[in-house]
Amino acid sequence: MNLSRIVITGVGLTAPNGNNLPEFRQALLTAKSGVEFFETRHMGKVLAGVCKFETTRYQSRKELRVGTRAGSVSIYCSHEAVNDSKIAWDRVDKGRVGIYLGITEHGNVETENEIASLATFGNDTKFWSHYHNPRTVANNPAGEASLNLGVTGPAYTIGAACAAGNMGLIHAAQMLRLGEIDFALAGGVSESIRSFGIFAAFKSQGALAHHVDPTKASRPFDKSRNGIVVSEGGAIYAMERLEDAKARGAKIYGEIAGYAVNSDASDYVLPNPVRQAECIRQAIKHAGMTPDQIDILNAHATSTPLGDVQECQAITSAFNGFPLPHVNNTKSFIGHAMGAAGSLELAGNLPSFDDLVVHPTINVDDLDPQCALSTLVLNQPQKVKRVDAILNNSFGMLGINSALIVKRYID
Amino acid sequence: MTKDDIKKLIIEIIADIAPDEDLSGLKPDVRLREQLQLDSMDFLDIVMELRKRHGIEVPEADYMQLATLDSCANYLEPKFAAKGR
Repeated sequence: MNLSRIVITGVGLTAPNGNNLPEFRQALLTAKSGVEFFETRHMGKVLAGVCKFETTRYQSRKELRVGTRAGSVSIYCSHEAVNDSKIAWDRVDKGRVGIYLGITEHGNVETENEIASLATFGNDTKFWSHYHNPRTVANNPAGEASLNLGVTGPAYTIGAACAAGNMGLIHAAQMLRLGEIDFALAGGVSESIRSFGIFAAFKSQGALAHHVDPTKASRPFDKSRNGIVVSEGGAIYAMERLEDAKARGAKIYGEIAGYAVNSDASDYVLPNPVRQAECIRQAIKHAGMTPDQIDILNAHATSTPLGDVQECQAITSAFNGFPLPHVNNTKSFIGHAMGAAGSLELAGNLPSFDDLVVHPTINVDDLDPQCALSTLVLNQPQKVKRVDAILNNSFGMLGINSALIVKRYID
Repeated sequence: MTKDDIKKLIIEIIADIAPDEDLSGLKPDVRLREQLQLDSMDFLDIVMELRKRHGIEVPEADYMQLATLDSCANYLEPKFAAKGR
């Protein structure tokens, strides 16, 4: 089968430490964290990665009031991606544009808010908002972006827990190859920090990070790591078939080389390193590459005691004697952006194709021997000789694994 | 509560549900939807806010009574009066 080559031609993002790719990249090269104390219903101050993008840059105040935080993130990132792609948006057939956004969850925030509001009215359901359904339907973040940008092609979300960030790009690549659309806005978004439930559940599970210094709380691979810092954000990519991107002289950030998605089928929450390794191997095979051709691997590692060790086992197994790629981790800066994690983490590494610098994993003061991969890039950026392929791991609850490989674009 | 008070109160609600709109020149006898970008969900918001803020119920059959500021005032005046306001 002769498949079209799919390329990334624009990036729009908001992260807790940057609201566009240059800002985000600079933060990752200068150890700038985006984690802070954040007031949450019922729980007081928790640690969270909080985004500070300009919400009214692309939305009216009324849209903001009616919509959701995830919708707002989606709209901001979509516009930024379109602008960055420099496509003549006014002339684009909006019926041939697809919006595919990975989400870990959606609707918890709005439901909690509504329940809290209802309680102030004696739980009389006649005070329940008529906006509850449009705010909580699973396609809300993509739907709000379609409304705002006038996109009349397919616009929906892909629920894949914390593997979702890769899934938006994977699905977009598939749809572009099938010829279902001509231009995609794809990635992942999350508003999860606005829900107390996610913090409370991680705490009950013993998986919520705590630290006196918020900027030190997310510390994958460090011996003293104690859990996840939840964060919000989004990264959305403009994606096109190569021939279309070349025809309009677009800047090309990278090419989708290969991917894989599989399932553990073993536990609700515990990861499965055998299946993770299988997913990594499948992605490399799908890309038609060998493990030694991968130059950077962005680890999913969420700073939990068990999960980080298991991912290191999976990486070691997947590379099976081949030299390991440079391994880094973005969550050490911004925490775990849930559905946005994979897409944000890819964005943070894309500039490495140009500057040949690998951003580090920070907060590793005392490396856990069980996580001591020889190629971990620790605490300081590392200049390297070659960055031609980046592999992005994203894994999620109910045992869903995704691995996405983006390679340097070479004509 | 006078009819002018009721109109002010409706304008306060609209200011919250349509924060981008300029409400300074609203004509009281012209339909609100002709002067402002309001859709059916926004009118439901007006109904909800009357319920939440003032304990006033507007049955669905009477929604058309909220078409203009004047009609709002005429329709709501007895309802506020019944509440001793």
